[in-house]
Amino acid sequence: MAFSIYDLTSFNQWVDKGLNSVMSPLWATITEMAIIGVVFLLFYAVVGLFLVYAERKICGFIQCRVGPNRVGPYGIFQTIADFIKLLMKELVPINKADKFLFNLAPFIIIIASMMALAAIPFAKGIHAIDFNIGIFYILAVSSMGVIGILLAGWSSNNKYSLIGAMRSGAQIVSYELSVGLSILTACIMFGSLQLSTIVESQADCWLIFRGHLPAFIAFLIYMIAATAETNRGPFDLAEAESELTAGFHTEYSGIKFAFFFLAEYMNMFLVASIAATIFWGGWMPLHIGHWTGFNMVMDFIPPAVWYLGKTAVIIWLMMWFKWTFPRLRIDQLLTLEWKYLLPINLLNILVMALVVLMGWHF
Amino acid sequence: MNVIKYISGIFKGIISLWKGLMVTGYYFVHPGEIVTQQYPENRKELKMFDAFKGEVTMPHNENNEHKCTGCGICEMNCPNGSIEIISKSVISEDGKKKRAIDQHIYHLDMCTFCELCIKSCPSKALVWGQEFEHAVYDRSKLTKILNKPGSTLMKGVE
Amino acid sequence: MTEEILTTPLEQQEYTINMGPQHPSTHGVLRYVVSLKGEIVHKVEPHLGYIHRGIEKMCEKLTYPQIIHLTDRLDYLTAHINNHAVCLAVEGALQVEVPERVVYIRTIMDELNRIASHQLWWCAYGMDLGGLTCFFYGLRDREKILDIFEESCGSRLLHSYYTPGGLMKDINPNFQKRTKEFIKYFRKKLPEYDQLLTGNVIFQERTKGVGPLTKEEAISYGVTGPNGRASGFSCDVRKHHPYAAYDKVDFKEAFYTEGDTFHRYKARIDEMWESMKIIEQLVDNIPEGDYSAKMKAVIKLPEGEYFQRVEAAKGDFGIFIISDGNKTPYRVKFRSPNFCNLSCIDLLSKNFKIADLVAISGSLDLVIPDIDR
Repeated sequence: MAFSIYDLTSFNQWVDKGLNSVMSPLWATITEMAIIGVVFLLFYAVVGLFLVYAERKICGFIQCRVGPNRVGPYGIFQTIADFIKLLMKELVPINKADKFLFNLAPFIIIIASMMALAAIPFAKGIHAIDFNIGIFYILAVSSMGVIGILLAGWSSNNKYSLIGAMRSGAQIVSYELSVGLSILTACIMFGSLQLSTIVESQADCWLIFRGHLPAFIAFLIYMIAATAETNRGPFDLAEAESELTAGFHTEYSGIKFAFFFLAEYMNMFLVASIAATIFWGGWMPLHIGHWTGFNMVMDFIPPAVWYLGKTAVIIWLMMWFKWTFPRLRIDQLLTLEWKYLLPINLLNILVMALVVLMGWHF
Repeated sequence: MNVIKYISGIFKGIISLWKGLMVTGYYFVHPGEIVTQQYPENRKELKMFDAFKGEVTMPHNENNEHKCTGCGICEMNCPNGSIEIISKSVISEDGKKKRAIDQHIYHLDMCTFCELCIKSCPSKALVWGQEFEHAVYDRSKLTKILNKPGSTLMKGVE
Repeated sequence: MTEEILTTPLEQQEYTINMGPQHPSTHGVLRYVVSLKGEIVHKVEPHLGYIHRGIEKMCEKLTYPQIIHLTDRLDYLTAHINNHAVCLAVEGALQVEVPERVVYIRTIMDELNRIASHQLWWCAYGMDLGGLTCFFYGLRDREKILDIFEESCGSRLLHSYYTPGGLMKDINPNFQKRTKEFIKYFRKKLPEYDQLLTGNVIFQERTKGVGPLTKEEAISYGVTGPNGRASGFSCDVRKHHPYAAYDKVDFKEAFYTEGDTFHRYKARIDEMWESMKIIEQLVDNIPEGDYSAKMKAVIKLPEGEYFQRVEAAKGDFGIFIISDGNKTPYRVKFRSPNFCNLSCIDLLSKNFKIADLVAISGSLDLVIPDIDR
């Protein structure tokens, strides 16, 4: 196939062989892990900084402003300057806070999002681990972040933080269901939980086109639930700055706050990339039926660009939502999940199963 | 009936959300709607309205003459003591002793821009200045002496 | 104390949080002591006085023209209307006939100020409910009004434009043109507010049925302005005790009977439409003439008590002056609408959630310096 020119599998194998030839297999594995770890850390920082910048620019344009435009051309170095400022800020010690848990919480959030990143297929060959239960792994790991939020709220010895954390607990536990079920709807079509297989099976047609109506509904539900999972947009009850000042991270300052901040954007990137992988075909180019010429042209765009482009569009959608809608109340949030999303989701699974069974898809 | 209500509720909700999205989406794709001014860069074009109350000033003509007779009406009318007038007596050309202004002290830091001094001045010696960048590092710099050193009363002003 | 907490069953304990004095949703230095049971608000106790400046006492040492600049600083969003109250009180006491031109300009300025105040309330209310974009749209439109003010009065927020007997200075020649331009512009932008917030299903869910206030409660708590009118309490001073040019114009009182947060919101949106209607009727008909009546250099009120009400953006604003015949008043008392509007916060938000408390206190449109004075 045409996109084999961008295939990095052989490069990976070459690195693997080279390392194995100079050291023992155990050390080779450790070196590979270290390299991947460093690459992911870098990627994490870059994506985090870029998304903060993008959010500020997008919300600026939506609000008839220009957004950051002072540090560097078009303000592109603004987030770096902010990050340096956060690094140098004092870490305010909190009276009667549970010191250990207080310090642990930001790391748990960071680690949860970091681990989930490992299973994301960025392009053919750029895929840290390819599990046969990839989706299950991502869902399990990314929902660990709520522990960090709960710990942060509990250990800060602040009433606002505690309320925020409890809200967040209720919210994420409920919306985890919708995320899981909407992905399950998609997985009925694929018949696999392995992310590489999922992407490969969308080579001819992305799921959102192939599964038409049920896939579209599943995508919508996934978007709503995922926004709620990341504590963003109209669902930012855990921080709700007009009610709880800053919610669970009220007492955090300096670099620890930066961790929460980065993790929020990283989680957004994660859920967007999962949506792109499952519903929009991951790094697969857009192919339309038998338009060979068109498909050829599309193949020449590198898969990493396809992947990042799709993710960017979904992130933009989430930002658009955030800067348009007012916030829900906690009981309405749970009503939305249990009375609307969950029943629709269950019905949708049934429809999807029927579609797959009868072969009504493209 | 409930089912119809449930479903129509969902669709009405989505439509109302879509309307909101259209508003913000419109502004996102129309950068011409941006209204913010780039302040320090537009200093040259930035012009305040003529009536703008920046600070109280005392205009002097080219001969370093002003219109303030030192009568103290502005000091009396100021609600919060922003104006202090220190007067002296000078001997005019025809040998008479006359009250004149030594220092017209204006405390910008206390001023509430109520315009009573300017409105009450019988000789129209005070006007609004258009300066608005009043930030200084030391509060004492906000205490200004409005009459320039060596200035005298304009001819014909009583 | 600790013992007591440990021995009381958890269900009976109250969770007290301090909202304010530094809190994003109290719009200033107001402090609510909120007793919670979980997310449910059990009791709200407003603590005032963080921005008390003793304006009423200060007025006793100032002459009547000097009082005006202090009334700017009560409800700073409706400086013109506060000034108007003082001017009307003094003019009424002296029985001065102000020129027709002044009456028209004052009415237009008041209505512009009312729109500006409601715009700022709208953006802050959107922000209270989490819709941050509202804030910028509201401020963008308010900027146009502030430009009109700046061109004629010289300042944007604290104008001190009215004096007993007239105005500080005449309006700018551009005033009418700019005002008409603004009305045209805002007639296009106001439906956008509805699209973005009013019609939004999340917003409606958040506000409908939240914090209901009956007509009886509104009257007994002295809740006036759009808050009272949303509860069915017809209390528009412009209608019932017309002052300035309000008896010459045709406008409707924004009136609802439900009295919940959503209808307080609707009442304000309707008021913006009505204010625009009033301005349109007046702006072309400003008569020529003097911008101030002839007043004595030192204004002395005859001995006695004087009271004047005006309809501020937040409600019924009153000024009560006792004069002993000197050039300074013996005593001045302001009847500030926000103080009475705040008093019903405990009644309104009982048994609602914290998020509702924010929505309710936002819908009351509180300006804290007006409460503390």
